[in-house]
Amino acid sequence: MGVRVSDALYVQLLNLAAGGLLLTAVLALWRRELSVIIRVFAVQGLALAGLVGVLAAREGSAELVAVAVGVLVVRVGVLPWLLRRALATSGADRRETRPVVNVASSLLAAAALTLLAYAVSQPLVRLSPEPAIHAVPVALAVVLIGFFVLVTRRRALSQLVGFLLMDNGITAVGFLTGAGIGLIVEVGVALDVVLVVLVLQVLTGRMRETFGATDLDDLRELRD
Amino acid sequence: MNSLLLAAPVLVPALGAVGYVAFGWRAATAWVGSLSAALVLAAAIATATQVVATGPQSAWAGIIRADAVSAFMLIVIGAIGLIAALATPAYLRAEIAAGRASSRTATRHSALVQSFLATMALAVLAANLGVLWVAVEATTIVTAFLVGQQRTRDAVEAAWKYVVICSAGIALALLGLVLLAFAAQHAGSGSGLDWSGLVASAEHLDPAVTRFAVVLLVIGFGTKAGLAPLHAWLPDAHSQAPAPVSALMSGVLLSVAFYAVLRIKVIADAALGPDFIRALLVIAALASLLVAASLLLAQRDYKRMLAYSSIEHMGLLALGAAAGGPLAMAAVLLHILGHGLVKSVLFLGAGRVLQVTGSSRIGEVRALVVRQPVLAGVVGFGVLALIGLPPFSVFASELGIARAGFADGVGWAMGAGLVLVVIIAAALISHTSRMLLGSQPAPDGPGAATAPARLPVLAAAAMILGLLGSAALGISAGPLSDLLQLAADILAGA
Repeated sequence: MGVRVSDALYVQLLNLAAGGLLLTAVLALWRRELSVIIRVFAVQGLALAGLVGVLAAREGSAELVAVAVGVLVVRVGVLPWLLRRALATSGADRRETRPVVNVASSLLAAAALTLLAYAVSQPLVRLSPEPAIHAVPVALAVVLIGFFVLVTRRRALSQLVGFLLMDNGITAVGFLTGAGIGLIVEVGVALDVVLVVLVLQVLTGRMRETFGATDLDDLRELRD
Repeated sequence: MNSLLLAAPVLVPALGAVGYVAFGWRAATAWVGSLSAALVLAAAIATATQVVATGPQSAWAGIIRADAVSAFMLIVIGAIGLIAALATPAYLRAEIAAGRASSRTATRHSALVQSFLATMALAVLAANLGVLWVAVEATTIVTAFLVGQQRTRDAVEAAWKYVVICSAGIALALLGLVLLAFAAQHAGSGSGLDWSGLVASAEHLDPAVTRFAVVLLVIGFGTKAGLAPLHAWLPDAHSQAPAPVSALMSGVLLSVAFYAVLRIKVIADAALGPDFIRALLVIAALASLLVAASLLLAQRDYKRMLAYSSIEHMGLLALGAAAGGPLAMAAVLLHILGHGLVKSVLFLGAGRVLQVTGSSRIGEVRALVVRQPVLAGVVGFGVLALIGLPPFSVFASELGIARAGFADGVGWAMGAGLVLVVIIAAALISHTSRMLLGSQPAPDGPGAATAPARLPVLAAAAMILGLLGSAALGISAGPLSDLLQLAADILAGA
């Protein structure tokens, strides 16, 4: 069913979507304004949905089209909405003030992580010559950058975005490798992610109730 | 009928959760939790009997499947769930009496604990590693609010750390699963993430991709199992959670996550040979033991002391798994059950000590033997059982793990591990004896009573039952022997 996309166009669109993923990840690392970071995250969701859409058109699969719509709803709609709500209740402190690593070093780290992603994904690329597999290193780089954001940011909300970047990257790896992890599992994964974000959103609210800010620097009580 | 029995450990607690949401926590519903845990245990035993008699069972179009390992883990969940559930009503009543909780908190607590049991049962019953992943991640979600139940600064902080670190760790495991599915697809087996399919086609998996996947899976599920280096959430979460929840988290949840590592190990052994994952497990095990030993020596908080001891025991499990072999695996499984029983009893006891004395500082609890003889007895014997004194089963399983380790080529790691275990035992004994003995504090000093002094009968019975169970297991595995042997053979890839 559907019209098969020609090879050259397919590769171009694929690269465009993958490039969008990486670019937005780097932007999220670069910018400090939390509202901007949330918008960047929504754009990344769009790139991810586009990626799935391209793969769906290539394989002519109605199921993948449905999945792409699902990705669009969850990652461009629901998750950014939840993040914005968390931000709206957080009052004045809307900037990532003092990340553990400064912006210039962060960008250098992002470059290093991208190289690392290329190095570790060599076995996958060797296993299959498909153009989609050649985009896997980019998705892996997004995972690593997400992890980096998670460990170097102090604001609770920025950590949350880091986790979500990781998740976008992992989802992209899943679709690019075409490794069917099963529809039940995919629905379960999406549900889990939304729930985790909900839980964390409630917790940021409680943190503010109990100690004012959501700067994780204040989280020092439980050290040994 | 059969499929209903198999699914009962998931369905019964799920219904229990719905019941608590609908009817709330009150005198009439307080026992639903115990009833549900008892039914889970009964269904687990029935399933285990069937598995031993006729082999693996499956239901729900193959989504859930019970082999000997799953059946054994169900028994662990049921037994420890029952101990924690029996002690819960008394705990909640004391919290409500002290003004730290309301009946709404109790309702939410009970509903979440029931969902917690259901998700853990689903995790060990899942035939597909993807479903296993979803269930393990779901345990994080349902326990997050249990950890943060007190709403104090410490509790909210512990809950945040718990969710962020565990979700990030488990996200790495998801990446590992995606890569494993990719390797399986190229092996052409069509098994997807079905565990037995993966094991059957393991030798066709691309080694380089599988190696990458296994590293991510061990780190990911290891995070949830409290193995170093991503263990930082554990002492906070386990010390801040309400006592019955700490009992479940330390006693069962850690081993459910470790169960995932054991399943991965079977695939890795078949695809890559035993040396690769053995190296990973030895590193994680020694790092965990080292962390536990160094932070236990000067520990000042008794709930954190128990939490670090859980890290130690997870390290021991990893050492046993590294040894491989059916004997080592039988010892590992026995250790899961024995440690779970003892640790849940100790966390329940610690929760009671906290309610009685109002402080979780070791230095502020004294002369427990005089003030609370039964409670002191439970805690004292519990710690003796925990450090591996006979007749308790931890002795038998630690001996089994050590023997298998020296026989199967991880001797040097086992030697180093045992030195750390002895250091930890000394630290536990010295901290506990300070709490149990010593002179009685002045009546109005720190440690003045804040809860009715008498230990509620049912809570005491639950704790003594746990200790007796552990002692009985240590003398003979009895009717469990057949199941243990079958399960050990599956995990050893025999």
